[in-house]
Amino acid sequence: MIPGTFEYHKPSTLDEAVALLASLGDDAKVLSGGQSLIPMMKFRLAEPANLVDINGLEGLDYIREADGYLTIGALTREAELDRSDLIKSKYPIIHDTAHVIADPQVRNLATIGGNLAHGDPANDHPATMVALGAEVVVFGPNGSRTIGIDDFFLGPLATALKANEILTEIRIPVPPANSGGAYIKFERKVGDFAIAAVAATVTLDGSGKCVKAGIGLTNVGPTPVRAKAAEEALIGNPLTDDNIATAGRLASEASQPVGDQRGSEEYKRAVVEVLTKRALHKAKARAEGGK
Amino acid sequence: MGTQSISIKVNGVEQTGEVEPRLLLVHFIREDLGLTGTHIGCDTTHCGACTVILDGQAVKSCTVFTVQASGKEVLTIEGMTTNGELHPLQAGFMEEHGLQCGFCTPGMIMVSHALLQENSNPTEEEIRFGISGNLCRCTGYVNIVKAVQYAANKI
Repeated sequence: MIPGTFEYHKPSTLDEAVALLASLGDDAKVLSGGQSLIPMMKFRLAEPANLVDINGLEGLDYIREADGYLTIGALTREAELDRSDLIKSKYPIIHDTAHVIADPQVRNLATIGGNLAHGDPANDHPATMVALGAEVVVFGPNGSRTIGIDDFFLGPLATALKANEILTEIRIPVPPANSGGAYIKFERKVGDFAIAAVAATVTLDGSGKCVKAGIGLTNVGPTPVRAKAAEEALIGNPLTDDNIATAGRLASEASQPVGDQRGSEEYKRAVVEVLTKRALHKAKARAEGGK
Repeated sequence: MGTQSISIKVNGVEQTGEVEPRLLLVHFIREDLGLTGTHIGCDTTHCGACTVILDGQAVKSCTVFTVQASGKEVLTIEGMTTNGELHPLQAGFMEEHGLQCGFCTPGMIMVSHALLQENSNPTEEEIRFGISGNLCRCTGYVNIVKAVQYAANKI
């Protein structure tokens, strides 16, 4: 399959990239890892007249902790997240996520910024970022602005990112002590989108009571879904099997799956319930210092 | 629509030219350079038959524009042989019967090459995870895993 014709632009600075996007208007797309965009262009689901390749921009590829935040540059490849010792040791939920995105070759090119900016509710990072309470930094003609993750996803393939803005950084508050998180994806085969997947984070106090919880759901709604009622049911309570089971049921109720070739609506709701329980058990074990 | 000048080192040889930006790397390799060892299977980023090594990393060349590879190095299956001698991975696929129809083999060898560069002594599980982006419809993968193990033992 051959994509439609386009003009190729490869800016070397962020300012240049944003100026290009501003002058090209709606007829331009940002090319990051290209692992979603290029297939869409081959299917002619996307036919941008211009591609602005941001892979030449310096300084957008990093994973570091500073001032109470884990910050990840938008051009960080999934393979780098998968390999990172900092991510493995302190943010296993992000390792869980990057590890199951597509396949090894795709992970070598695909970027975390692209995974979020694409706005596909079937992508894996969005739900994890919802659970982690992340924010994204975007850069446009008037400089940078920060968008909370709950305000970022507007609908299928639609985000708060404007046509003349580029997502540059993901910011995740460093979780307090006794926190843990996990991402569990159920897929038909490697490389497929999730039938459903669940990201869960918890923070415990000294007595084992849950003081903070985040639950995000993948591919069961027009955007990643925050299971708010399930989070609220956990906060202030110990993470007993019963309480986790209740959260699973509430997350299933919060999901908005549509029946398709990956399963019926009823089946997907059942999957969400089970995965929510598994993710919460794993998050709890990690918060208690386990794996 | 304009063309773009490109310069890509393919199997050690500098290749220059003018290409349309929409030209996929796999088409450049197969049609412009005539290196037809790199196969097009699904053409939708699933099967891995088109896998090549781009600056040391395995990528699916049906999902990369040629212009993106400009200034970089590409290794294809044709570049695996040195002075007529098969690479241990190529020998391994022969010795262990790692192929039947052979269509997936170039991609399997290239992705396994990247895997062994990063991890010279992988476990069976690591091999299976490493080739999880490549589909084989003949072998059931058992002999492919053995072929990679054969090569790991020789390297």
